[in-house]
Amino acid sequence: MTDFLDMGRYGAFVWPCFALAAVVLAWNVVAARRLHAAARQQALRRAASKAES
Amino acid sequence: MNWTWFHKLASPPHAYRIAARLLPWFAWPAGALIAAGLYGGLVLAPADYQQGDAFRIVYVHAPSAWLSMFVYAAMAVAAAVGLIWRIKLAHAVAAASAPVGASFTFLALATGAIWGKPMWGTWWVWDARLTSELILLFLYAGVIALRASIDDRDRADRAAAVLALVGVVNLPIIHYSVYWWNTLHQPATLTKIGKPSMAGDMLWPLLLMMFGFTLYYGAILLIRLRAEILRRERDAAWLTTELAR
Repeated sequence: MTDFLDMGRYGAFVWPCFALAAVVLAWNVVAARRLHAAARQQALRRAASKAES
Repeated sequence: MNWTWFHKLASPPHAYRIAARLLPWFAWPAGALIAAGLYGGLVLAPADYQQGDAFRIVYVHAPSAWLSMFVYAAMAVAAAVGLIWRIKLAHAVAAASAPVGASFTFLALATGAIWGKPMWGTWWVWDARLTSELILLFLYAGVIALRASIDDRDRADRAAAVLALVGVVNLPIIHYSVYWWNTLHQPATLTKIGKPSMAGDMLWPLLLMMFGFTLYYGAILLIRLRAEILRRERDAAWLTTELAR
């Protein structure tokens, strides 16, 4: 296990790359879902105010 | 040829529903391929005879670099379709693609810099491959900023589309930079003519990661496209009934 984390003494370079990739992959999911949720909320509010008037 | 299917696909209500139905078909295979690629790349693949374990950075660097260019090409095609046939959904696809492409261009540059330090002894050099990839990041930023700076949606769409199309010239420059100039960056591993210059047990995890990343882009695009459609169609009658379902 220590060998695996050590990555032949390149661990300090290999792991930050994979961590950064995980962050970018996660950010894309979160940002896209938030964008859709916000757009949906806005559309619902608009539809509700249109129904009232 | 009958183009009804195309017009149906380009209609916002249809696209909104199709996108939701397609999403799991992209998201789950993407997750599975990336997981398998990570296991293959980090655990099963042997260390490189020259670079040792540092070569494993390729499993995130190359797929993100591939995606940075693939997403740009997709964005440019969508922009062209939007400009030529005035299909608004195509502009929505282009708008939804830009932030995703920018994030992977950043990832390609960042992982490349981290890889460069132990292999080349420097984080950054102004060589043709690195510089043209940095220009790609600026192009994405330009397209996003230009779209955001124009209030009128149709004008914003057209302006962003023109800029995206002008920037296409950068794609072959990135790809061929390692052949045209004397770069520090190594030449292509996969897309060169003839056989890929990588052993099979190192190669298959890379192919899984690249395919996984591409499907992942598809999944994110579908979610963002749905958001774009909601914003663009906010006064359409179909939306009220769709949201009530």
